[in-house]
Amino acid sequence: MKMTGSKILLECLRLEGIDTVFGFPGGTVINIYDDLVDSPIRHILTRHEQAAVHAADGYARATGKVGVVIATSGPGATNTVTGIATAYMDSVPLVIITGQVPTPLIGNDAFQEADIVGITRPITKHNYLVKDVQDLTRIVKEAFFIARTGRPGPVLIDFPKDIQVASTKFDYPETVNLPGYRPTYSGSLRQVEKAVKMILAAKHPVIYAGGGANTHDAAEWLRQLAETIEAPVTTTLMGMGAFPKKHPLSLGMLGMHGTYSANMAVTESDLLIAVGARFDDRVTGSVPHFAPHAKIIHIDIDPTSIKKNVRVDLPIVGDLHDVLEKMVANLAEFPEEVNRAKEETAPWRSRVAAWKESHPVRYTPSSSVIKPQFVIEKLRELTTDDAIITTEVGQHQMWTAQFFAFSRPRTFLTSGGLGTMGFGLPAALGAQVAFPERRVIDISGDGSFQMNSQELATLVQFNLPVKIVILNNNYLGMVRQWQQLFFRRRYSQTILEVPIDFVKLAEAYGAVGFSVSHPDEVEGTIRRAFDVPGPVIMEFKVEREENVIPMVPAGKALNEMVLSS
Amino acid sequence: MKHTISVLVENEFGVLARVAGLFSGRGFNIESLSVAPTLDPAISRMTIVTHGDERILEQINKQLHKLINTIRVIDFTDQDRVEREMALIKVSAEEDTRAEVLRIADIFRAKVVDVAPRCYTIEVTGTPGKVGAIVELLRPMGIRELVRTGPVVLGRGPKVVEK
Repeated sequence: MKMTGSKILLECLRLEGIDTVFGFPGGTVINIYDDLVDSPIRHILTRHEQAAVHAADGYARATGKVGVVIATSGPGATNTVTGIATAYMDSVPLVIITGQVPTPLIGNDAFQEADIVGITRPITKHNYLVKDVQDLTRIVKEAFFIARTGRPGPVLIDFPKDIQVASTKFDYPETVNLPGYRPTYSGSLRQVEKAVKMILAAKHPVIYAGGGANTHDAAEWLRQLAETIEAPVTTTLMGMGAFPKKHPLSLGMLGMHGTYSANMAVTESDLLIAVGARFDDRVTGSVPHFAPHAKIIHIDIDPTSIKKNVRVDLPIVGDLHDVLEKMVANLAEFPEEVNRAKEETAPWRSRVAAWKESHPVRYTPSSSVIKPQFVIEKLRELTTDDAIITTEVGQHQMWTAQFFAFSRPRTFLTSGGLGTMGFGLPAALGAQVAFPERRVIDISGDGSFQMNSQELATLVQFNLPVKIVILNNNYLGMVRQWQQLFFRRRYSQTILEVPIDFVKLAEAYGAVGFSVSHPDEVEGTIRRAFDVPGPVIMEFKVEREENVIPMVPAGKALNEMVLSS
Repeated sequence: MKHTISVLVENEFGVLARVAGLFSGRGFNIESLSVAPTLDPAISRMTIVTHGDERILEQINKQLHKLINTIRVIDFTDQDRVEREMALIKVSAEEDTRAEVLRIADIFRAKVVDVAPRCYTIEVTGTPGKVGAIVELLRPMGIRELVRTGPVVLGRGPKVVEK
């Protein structure tokens, strides 16, 4: 039986196990939207294509499944760009389907035409233009395969309107044939054995875990490795949740706004075991001064991450689950050596513990004005371990990373690599779609929130009870902090002059809003918001010029932290 | 250091743009690039001349591999290889220089492939060094136009690059 391209696409999605897509209709996807009416696939209509991508991204980060987006050609497609770049930088599996003008019109500057394949080439893992309906099933199959395997990432399929209406026999391939794409899953045993030798010889070992470790099975093996060798563990922003913060070996986050103990431990370490992390400049600070005494073992599924930013003494390419499991198994063959090593590293652990003890992340509490960190601590107190927290980008994001004690993988969804303001609200939306019963909170600032606030409408339409926390300081706080510290307090364009009535804004969309300005009201407001069955904005008017500390000024070494404002 | 890299890619629409975009996006240098289909028309072979230190070359190699359409990447720099480039050179051939132009062409085993009243077009093949040398010798005669293909390369001996 022959089927149209549009119907074939939806059938492929169904066979890939997709039950939810995020998107926004338009002229060149109108056939797909017509067929969606008869499809079991649920469509979440966001109010902007960028938000559709972030929502699919939040869905994917929270579940580990591939997020799917549909957008129209031209502006619909270009609106997805920031979302795609965000997902690419943070290795999130997405398939984005964009409409395209009919193939005879491509290149003619047709209405709502944009070369989205060209535009997204550097920000997708791979992308396709479907030129023949016969190729469609192969392309969709490959797109999902590429998105979810190896180092995950977004894949875009540009789908011209005439191909959507063309018909062919439907036959979904069972396998893919990609001679140039063979991710390495199995880590080299020889390299693992070398790593174990280095581990057993180390006196000051530190494990540095990134976003790659933030999956359930990788996190489990990370914990086993850490406990086997009793090495302290620091995580990146993307690694939050990969290792429980309350674990005695946890040092919290490292890097620009990392903890004193994490940054000191890395600087003093003689062996750094990097697990699914990529030595981003926000992590390393000054590269020549980064872990200057350490040998570095780097475990990653993406060979390009290895030796890109820092020298590496022992690379291991492979899936973390596989490599860490082999490492733990290999260590188990040397119980005496492991015990001896643990004895020899005991003084190191005491030193690290002393750093942790003397310099915890802290702030000066206030009984008259709301400290943003206080709100985050209260949120943690009032939620369970399975709460999903999203953030936007800026001070509130760093405070969340510092003060919210994450303990499970896939519970902290934040734009780490690209640093996209406006990510948190739609990401929370997507996570709530995936997990209607779980507590989902977007921790936001007043600046970031306004970058995608239109998604309140989507929350209300689909009855998604996302709780939005706005830490309102009437500033673009992180830029203001830099201006205060490095630009003589010249607050150029960082003062948000117009006071927004966030309660009215919530109400305008049919949501609920609370606004408070006294610390005594914080806990009650959070409880009230949690009792509301639908979406709520909680606005906390916070200390305006609170700074994120510790802070390693850009280009400085990790041990050159500014510890107080 | 200069490196000559062969890249086997799927002969698909957009592949050249992916490779070129990779180099420009990551600040890698392309000195020359030549590309055409192989014996198997589904596969094209690119020869890229680039330069950079060891760390950059390792990244170029890995990043090329990371492209889905890339099948193999071979750096021929430290290998025994045959490297050839072709150039077409349109050079002035005045009464007093014509003989000299022909003599130079002869020394380099180059061919005159087009003749006009006061101008010869010369075809030369050889290593990039040889092509560079004839260009330098002809320069004083007045080169009007020059086009070079950029080198292509094969490993010496019976061993071949398999996909």
